[in-house]
Amino acid sequence: MELLGDLGLGFATALSPYNLLYCFIGVLLGTAVGVLPGLGPVATIAMLLPITFGLPPVSALIMLAGIYYGAQYGGSTTAILINLPGESSSVVTAIDGYQMAKQGRAGPALATAALGSFFAGTVATFLLVLAAPPLAEVALKFGPAEYFSLMVLGLVASVALASGSLLKAFTMIVLGLLLGLVGSDVETGTQRFTFDMPELADGLNFVALSMGVFGLGEILRNLEHEHSRSVMVKHVSGLMLSKADFKRIIGPVLRGTGLGSVLGILPGGGAMLASFAAYTMEKKISPNRAQFGKGAIEGVAAPESANNAGAQTSFIPMLTLGIPSNPVMALMIGAMIIQGITPGPNVVTDEPELFWGMIVSMWIGNLMLVLLNLPLIGLWVRMLTIPYHLLFPAIIAFCCIGAFSVNNSVFDVFIMAVFGVVGYTLIKLDFEPAPLLLGFVLGPMLEENLRRAMLLSRGSPMVFITHPLSLGLLLVAAALLLIVVLPSVRSKREEAFSE
Amino acid sequence: MRRLTLIAAALALFSGTAAAQSDYPTRPITVIVPFTAGGPTDTVARLVAEPMTRALGQQVIIENVGGAGGTLGARRVATADPDGYTLLLHHIGQATSASLYRKLSYSPAKDFAGIGLITDVPMTIISRADFPATSIKELIETIKTKKQDITLANAGVGAVSHLCGMLLQSALGVQVTTVPYKGTGPAMTDILGSQVDILCDQTTNTTGHIGTGKVKAFAVTTKERLKTLPNLPTMDESGVKGFEVVAWHGLYAPKGTPKPIVDKLAAALQGALKDEKVIARLADLGAEPVSQEAATPAALDKYLADEIAKWKPVIESAGVYAD
Repeated sequence: MELLGDLGLGFATALSPYNLLYCFIGVLLGTAVGVLPGLGPVATIAMLLPITFGLPPVSALIMLAGIYYGAQYGGSTTAILINLPGESSSVVTAIDGYQMAKQGRAGPALATAALGSFFAGTVATFLLVLAAPPLAEVALKFGPAEYFSLMVLGLVASVALASGSLLKAFTMIVLGLLLGLVGSDVETGTQRFTFDMPELADGLNFVALSMGVFGLGEILRNLEHEHSRSVMVKHVSGLMLSKADFKRIIGPVLRGTGLGSVLGILPGGGAMLASFAAYTMEKKISPNRAQFGKGAIEGVAAPESANNAGAQTSFIPMLTLGIPSNPVMALMIGAMIIQGITPGPNVVTDEPELFWGMIVSMWIGNLMLVLLNLPLIGLWVRMLTIPYHLLFPAIIAFCCIGAFSVNNSVFDVFIMAVFGVVGYTLIKLDFEPAPLLLGFVLGPMLEENLRRAMLLSRGSPMVFITHPLSLGLLLVAAALLLIVVLPSVRSKREEAFSE
Repeated sequence: MRRLTLIAAALALFSGTAAAQSDYPTRPITVIVPFTAGGPTDTVARLVAEPMTRALGQQVIIENVGGAGGTLGARRVATADPDGYTLLLHHIGQATSASLYRKLSYSPAKDFAGIGLITDVPMTIISRADFPATSIKELIETIKTKKQDITLANAGVGAVSHLCGMLLQSALGVQVTTVPYKGTGPAMTDILGSQVDILCDQTTNTTGHIGTGKVKAFAVTTKERLKTLPNLPTMDESGVKGFEVVAWHGLYAPKGTPKPIVDKLAAALQGALKDEKVIARLADLGAEPVSQEAATPAALDKYLADEIAKWKPVIESAGVYAD
């Protein structure tokens, strides 16, 4: 019954005209950046973070969340129509989606992506409603020792689940951790790696760093090869699915939703991992597996459901524990802090309007996205024809304004520029930058909780083992680490990601 | 002839500045808040900016220049032109930064001309709900006997809660285990979750939780009892003579700002502190505007000097520095 009351509050908040507007702006922007290759939700949210100062917290978070899951919809459009993933989580969608488009079945492919996403979004939102409050209840009992162990698990998991080389993922995490050390020591105030620059006393600016690595870095790389983005399908027709198509996608959508929901919760998980895993699984078990790679509708349905489900459930650890499972969630936490809200288990009880309003808005946003994406597909197609030489300077200008406005500091703009070069170098060397950002965010939290736990236990490291929850988390982390380094698993893993 | 021109030029220049002073302000005034938007200091600044805008006839703009415990924003004002168009609104950190930072590139004592005090935010001493002590006397007893087994949270080096904790330890003559957090929010979360024992923080952050009984409140840190929390004794009446910590806020101009301009700003500030809306909003934060006599340049200059002198030995004996 209480749940109904809470949901009522959520609907009342999310349906206020003001919040509906921001939800709409969010999903619209999200779709746009999803459609445009070279600009992802991380860079967009980082750019918009400073302007959310002026908004009420609920509206700000509703809008930012909309950008994230909106991008999952938009990304598939580009993937299907021009064989170029608009967003990293749509990489696998391009394989079969583009083949379908070539065979003149772009309409059904787009419809499958949108409907699968909507179904997955609905289920995952419902999961969020059910799981988050009890989890927050448990999280209230979390002390520094438990938080520390949880973050160890998070970092191990993000290495294990990262695509590509294990060593490279590990390197990125460590680099991120080191960057996170810049600034004042929490306990003693000692300056670390600040080179006597007071601007660095509070550490590297998170917004500047993420915009540099994800925004500028991506743009630099895209400038290298201006793709000829010929849109082969100018007019998309036949958005309705046939009965046979419908039958074929039910199974993949359900499985994708389930897998995506689980993988979204895991630290280091989220939309991208979910889509890869769902595609791989479907390829193994589908009765039509022979068609995969040649335009199988299942190859669109499964990853598209999975990435949207993963995008939604990755809010669970963020909202209940205050721990980000991916860079987007790290930015959301930043947005909360800007608004004066302490992320953590207290959000559910202290800010019920924010919590429930945001969850309900996700469902409403998903509904808006179906409407935005199917009838308006022509508009998005046309957007793809905006030339890069107009788009990129505009984005860079926005990045500079965004980085400057956080602290009204030119220093942060330089930081962003430096990390733009760093980001570009990493991409060139085939290093995935996401673990770096995760390490950067989790590193200081990890250190803080480690030292706090040791302080409270009067210097005894046994505290991590004597607390049952902490012990459990550490054991899971150890097991995961062991599994990943086992030779047989390692080769399987590489095989899975290379597909 | 040449000399005459020079004199004429000098005269013209002089009358020019005189005119500029009596016309002041002729363009918008920037008040630098050395913390991010949305925080308590920013709230105070935005509150007084509105009535001051009306009184001065020019827009008073708030610019947030956060970082390094407020010293980045303060430095910008210390080195700004002393023309009355760049001001600083800072809290108690203006006084404590003089001792907390050894490598400060400006002097909080010498580089500013005070305009006036704005408000005092009182603080409360609270503990986790299941802490055994029931009164401030018992709390002090417990701290004195259990010493290092007592954990005292604070919101990070230089935060008001950190200052209050240092003063408490030096007043009681004991060392407890200090547990720093990044901000009051996480520290409060751990008090609510019974991970740490005690916290001394601003009423802005604690009053709500005291009301719902989720934390235990023992005393206030002001000289007199508060209207909002009348049951809480002061530290002074509980046997810790002279114990007083308030998160006070002041408005400053760079040193060398002409006196007429400073006086004009002080008058506008005094007017703002009489504004009904300002009083009501400050009350929501558990604070009150200072008296009209305190909202003057002389009062702030003296108070700043007193506070610098008060905190210097406390910080030095604790041996904690922010750089």
